[in-house]
Formats: sequence, structure tokens, C-alpha cells
Amino acid sequence: MSAIAAIVRKDLRVELRTGESVPAMAIFAVTTFVIFHFSLERDSLEGELASGVLWVTLLFAAVLGINRLFVAEREQGGFDGILLAPIERTALLAAKAAALFIYLVALELIAVPAFAIFFIRSGFWDALPLLIAVLALSDAAIAVIGALLASIAVNTRARDLLLPLLLLPLAVPVMIAASEATKPLLSVPVDSSIAGKWILVLALYAVIFGLLAYALFDFLMED
Amino acid sequence: MDDTLFGKGLRALAIASVLLLGAAIALVFFYAPNDADQGFIQKIFYVHVPLAIVALVGFVVAAGFGIAHLRSREQKWDQASYVTIHMSIIFGVAVLVTGSIWAKGSWGKWWVWDEPTLVSFLIVFLLYVTYYPLRYSIEDRDRRARYSSAFAITAGAFVPVNFIAVRLSESLIHPRVLSTTGGHMPGEMRLTFIVSLVAMALLYATLVKVELASKHARMQLRALRRALEDEPAEGAAMATALATVPARPVSVPD
Repeated sequence: MSAIAAIVRKDLRVELRTGESVPAMAIFAVTTFVIFHFSLERDSLEGELASGVLWVTLLFAAVLGINRLFVAEREQGGFDGILLAPIERTALLAAKAAALFIYLVALELIAVPAFAIFFIRSGFWDALPLLIAVLALSDAAIAVIGALLASIAVNTRARDLLLPLLLLPLAVPVMIAASEATKPLLSVPVDSSIAGKWILVLALYAVIFGLLAYALFDFLMED
Repeated sequence: MDDTLFGKGLRALAIASVLLLGAAIALVFFYAPNDADQGFIQKIFYVHVPLAIVALVGFVVAAGFGIAHLRSREQKWDQASYVTIHMSIIFGVAVLVTGSIWAKGSWGKWWVWDEPTLVSFLIVFLLYVTYYPLRYSIEDRDRRARYSSAFAITAGAFVPVNFIAVRLSESLIHPRVLSTTGGHMPGEMRLTFIVSLVAMALLYATLVKVELASKHARMQLRALRRALEDEPAEGAAMATALATVPARPVSVPD
């Protein structure tokens, strides 16, 4: 546990000092909203269109952060350090998933208000508490699968190319559940009855792939 | 045919699948009745559904081979996992094409999004095609085998998760042949379907075996060639051993 906390602290400190991931993700997200404004020719969005724009943008922004997740470890020998240290290797996985979760939350602190200012014309405050719950759960699911795929992709030749290829199909269930759960929250008028089945799908997804990542990570870290 | 090169039982398997495929085609055209609702186009069902079932089962079996590889570290399991995924992807292309034709025939559109099974299959297919770029971008043999196995296991677990998620999100108009209408399928249709399914499974198994045998032969050839270059005398002896005692598997140093 202390090993996980130490790696997370290290990652956050590096991120705070260099600003390698989160600023890029946030700029990417805001620019994507602007592009959506022009490509859809819409000044405001609601319902399924709003939730689709939000989730596509967040997922693609997440790809940027996931791509960089293990770069420092690969370039500066962090993998060897973990292998040599008397700790469980899966501590690295858990730490990276936690760091990614924090990056995603930081991204959303900028991207979701920007989205609301750009596109949402009424009722955003009513939906906010539930929207935060859906965002948090989806972030957990993306953090789990993202950390696993990043650890696979970083040790291949085609890493930045491979990661989105692997992530997008695997993230389809998350996108289905997240956008279906968000759709009523961004409708006019707001329908804040949340479909429990989507929450269940997100939670199940995070648990299944979390366990799988835990079981597989040792094999990915062998050399 | 030589057992070392082609694997045991390949000839019998090939003959059985040809016979059964012939029987299946004969049953489809001359025995099974035309569907009252959809007419002749419904017969593509005997190709489409067995292909889909066999491809999906292949994906899950590949995950099993992946687990076997990670437990035993034997290259043969990774090879088996690779070849089953490869064959399932080829079958998968056929599933998407036949599904599309069927959709055009009975609903008038080449693609329909409100049909969860076809959409799920497409997502699974898109995931599995990334197996190739993953596999080919890792040079180290052991690492490639481990990472490919990890992918095979993750993707194998993804198959049911994805089917559940997509099914929850769509209206249900796909003919649920096995669960709902299966009980009412007339006997002729069911028999035809089962024969087609078994034939398709045999075809799959035969193709996997052929591919595995050819990979095995290529590896032996490469090892022989290397041995001949390094140690001509030893290599020649190995070649003679391979040529004269075909039934005994020759272990070749890598």
C-alpha cells in the first residue's frame, strides 16, 4: 500500500512539475468542443447528442494521457527499479490506475465546465451531482483498462499507434453505459432518474477488468 | 502423408469436414424447407450462424490457450492461440459479409444498428484485428508470446461483457434463433442447422491444424537451415534423421 502511494506521489509530483499530460488533455478537450461546434453547426446541445459529444471528447482526451502513462518508466529505467524493489509488481499497476484516475478527474474539472458553458443552456446544476457520480465511475473503468493497455502498448514498437487501436473497441461498453447514463441528465428538462443498470455495467466492467489486469500484470512485467 | 509434417489425424479430419460440409450443403438446398416468413434468403442462416458461433468459440478457446501459455511458458500454446485467433478473424470476415447480405435480403439495408448481435460481433472483430499489429510490433519471442497471450485473455473476457452491454442498449429485433425460436424450429431446420454447425466446426479445426502444421514445418526448416550453415555435418545428420524416420518427432534446437 505504501509502495502504491509512493508511486502515485511520484507521478503526481512529476506531473505538477512538468505538466506533461493533464494540460495537453485539457487543451485537446476544449479544442475538440470547438470543432464539434463547427462540425455539428450547433450552438447548444442536449440529450443524446450532448452526452455523445462529451464522452467522445473525454475518451479521446484520455487516450493522450494513457499514451504517456508509462513513458517515464520506459525511458528512465523505472521498470527495472520496480522489478528490483522488494514490492509487489502489481503495485505499479494500481498506482498507475490511480494516477490515471486523478488525471481524468483533473481533465474533467476543466473540460466539463467548458462543455457546460459552450453547449448547455439550462438545467445543468440540477444534473450535476448525478453527472459527477457517472463521471467518477466511468473514470474508474477507463483508468483500469487504460493502465492495463498502457502497460501492454508501452513495450511494443508501435506503442502510441497501438494504444488507441486496443483501447477504443475495449472501451465500447464503457461508452455505451456512460453515454446512456448521461443522456437523461443533459436532456431538457433534466430527467434525474438514473438507470441503475448502466451504473451496474460500469461497476462490473471496472471490477472484471481490474481483476484481469491484476492477474495479468505480473506476466507483462517479467523482463 | 507424413505425420511429423502434417500432424496426427489431419487427413481424417479433412475428409470428415469435406463430407460433412457436402452433407450440410445438400441438406440446406434439398431438405430444409423455405422459411415461411423470409423465403429463400433465410437459408443463409445455415452459413451465417454456424460461422459466427464457431468464430466466437474460437476466440474464447484462444483465451484458454493464452492461459495455458502463461502457466506453462510453452511456445506451442502461444502458436495455438495465434492460429485460432487468426482463423476466427477469417471466419469473422465471412460472418460480417453473410450477416450484411442477410440484412439486405430481409430488411433491405446492408447494415442495421439496432441488431445487437451483429453490432457486438463487429466490435469484437475490431478488437481482435488489433491482435496483428500488437503481435508484429514485439520482436522478442518470449515477450511476444506473453503479451499476445495477455491480449487473448483480456479480449476473451471482453466478448461476453461486450455482448451484454450492447444487448442492454438495443431494441431486440434480431432473430434469437437458439433461445426463443429454437424451440419452434421445425425438425428439418434444426437437423440442417446442427449438421451445418458441426461441419463448420470441423472445417475450422482442419484449417487450424493445417496452419499449425505449416508453422511447425517452417520452424523446423528454419532451424535445419541454421544448423546447416553453422555445423554442416551436424545439420546433415539432422536432415537425414528427419527424412528417414518421419514418424519420430525430431527435436530441433532453436
